Amino acid sequence: MTLDPSYLEYPRRRLGYDHDLYDWSNIHARGPVAWPGGAKVAVWPCIVAEFFPLTPADRPFRAPGHMQTAFPDYRHYTARDYGNRVGIFRLLDALEARGIRGSVAMNVAVAERAPALLAAVRAGGHEIVAHATDMNGAIDSSLPAEEEEAIIAGTRARWQALGEEPRGWLSVARSQSWRTADLLLAHGFAWMADWPNDDLPYRWRNGIINLPLNHELSDRQIINVTQAGSDSWAEQIGDAAAWLADEAARQGAGRLLPLQLTPYIIGLPYRVGALERLLDLLRSRGDCWFAAGGAIVAEWARQQPG
Amino acid sequence: MDDPDLYAYRPWRERAPLRWPGGATCAVWVAPNLEYYELDPPPHPKRRAWARPHPDVVGFGHRDHGNRVGHWRMAEAMSAFGFPGSVSLSVALCQHHPEIVADAAARGWEFFSHGITNTRYAYDMSPDQERAIIRDSVETVKAATGQTIRGWLAPALTHTVNTMDLLAEAGLAYTCDLYHDDQPTWVSTRNGPLVAIPYSLEVNDHYGFFVYNMSPRAYAETLIRQYERLAAEGASGGTVMCIPLHAYLIGQAHRIGPFREVLRHIAADGRAWIARAGEIVDQFRAQVPPPETRP
Repeated sequence: MTLDPSYLEYPRRRLGYDHDLYDWSNIHARGPVAWPGGAKVAVWPCIVAEFFPLTPADRPFRAPGHMQTAFPDYRHYTARDYGNRVGIFRLLDALEARGIRGSVAMNVAVAERAPALLAAVRAGGHEIVAHATDMNGAIDSSLPAEEEEAIIAGTRARWQALGEEPRGWLSVARSQSWRTADLLLAHGFAWMADWPNDDLPYRWRNGIINLPLNHELSDRQIINVTQAGSDSWAEQIGDAAAWLADEAARQGAGRLLPLQLTPYIIGLPYRVGALERLLDLLRSRGDCWFAAGGAIVAEWARQQPG
Repeated sequence: MDDPDLYAYRPWRERAPLRWPGGATCAVWVAPNLEYYELDPPPHPKRRAWARPHPDVVGFGHRDHGNRVGHWRMAEAMSAFGFPGSVSLSVALCQHHPEIVADAAARGWEFFSHGITNTRYAYDMSPDQERAIIRDSVETVKAATGQTIRGWLAPALTHTVNTMDLLAEAGLAYTCDLYHDDQPTWVSTRNGPLVAIPYSLEVNDHYGFFVYNMSPRAYAETLIRQYERLAAEGASGGTVMCIPLHAYLIGQAHRIGPFREVLRHIAADGRAWIARAGEIVDQFRAQVPPPETRP
């Protein structure tokens, strides 16, 4: 038995990464960022509003949360639609009641299909983050380049038709190709949220900023994947906030706590109370700055010019 | 093949008791995996490195978090309560992120090899190919830290039937690849004996969080129960508890706080011998005679 000798060759064994996308950096040794008002932790509420077409495209892959049964999967189609009809308004109300403005990462199809929801997001003062076309708009390196560009350019054009110019981008399932970051810049996006590799924003070599939407802390991961329940989710986020605030105080350097909220998950009647209690806990700490992703990126970039 | 014929069967009840220094009942060692995952590794015929087409943004980005953020949280917690690390090292980390290796060395941690990267697998390697990654490991760690490695945990737990023979041939003392016991055991090879030191799959943070889907506090409680049982049983013959860690898991902000309390608990208990892997192996070798060399 022997492997092809090329498998033992490693030309990119070198200082830094085996890729050229961005540079390595130790968060604990960076120039510090200071959040407004002396806050220790920038808390980024990011509601993710998704439209799952009844027929999955399965190209290049089926997104998490997509249809699961044979056609027609009314069960999951309607259970996801519940999020955009009911659940998201509970989330918007929870934020509004506490004077919190955050981000809503929307498939542009959601905004087109539900103008009243778009109006409510605008009325709440929330930032719109582009989240592809719909949940069939997934990207990876197996997708032909022209199809990927059509998704990114089409998302931009359709938001423009609605009078919006989002600067931030979230990919379906955070999945990118080798081309994505360059295409995002070319189509007017200044930041993306896909790479979960840091607890602060950081800049890529091509100039785009990545604002990490840590998947480990998402309601989908903790409640749906690990089945921990919403009370445990709130406890885990509360523990994260406490750790980040303590670390920020010790190092004199701000930290980021992303709060990914999925309307059909955390917006259910028996779960949304956990979110409300969590928001109250975070507010009562007195060291959290609640802000939209774009505001966090702007504050960071002002202090860390490229 | 029915039996890899690595070690003799020895029932838990009928052993001469092991004695740890200072009358401790449980030798506790912490094994941080300091790993490098390539974003775009070459394909291996037996195993895909990433679930998604490259770049696997979440798969890679998650591991990268450990090397940008999590390592120092994990390391500080260990240092605060007097736990040295015995590092399972992707030796190419010495090239990619030497600051992390230097931090571990400065804390007095011991290094053993976990292969070149965690995205290059040993399955199907010829003996000469496997010799080459063992030799690379010894030379790379020596050049980066001055330490001569004594142990092995196969890259991503990928082995060949020659692995144990080749580790002994290279003069290594211990393997972390075998999960058959709560005490060290001798492994017979064609090139003389090796010691298998208990590592752990079951209380590995990877299993805790990725396989069993534990919450951070549930994982902490699991480690304390594991320790309490092994420390109690160790009164009639020393046991070993390993805590294998990955900074990208335990170093997340929602996990490191509860984990810190585990280290506080064990350090304060009084029955733990907090040690490096090599020290535990040496204590075992001094107390239990080795087996015959395999034909």
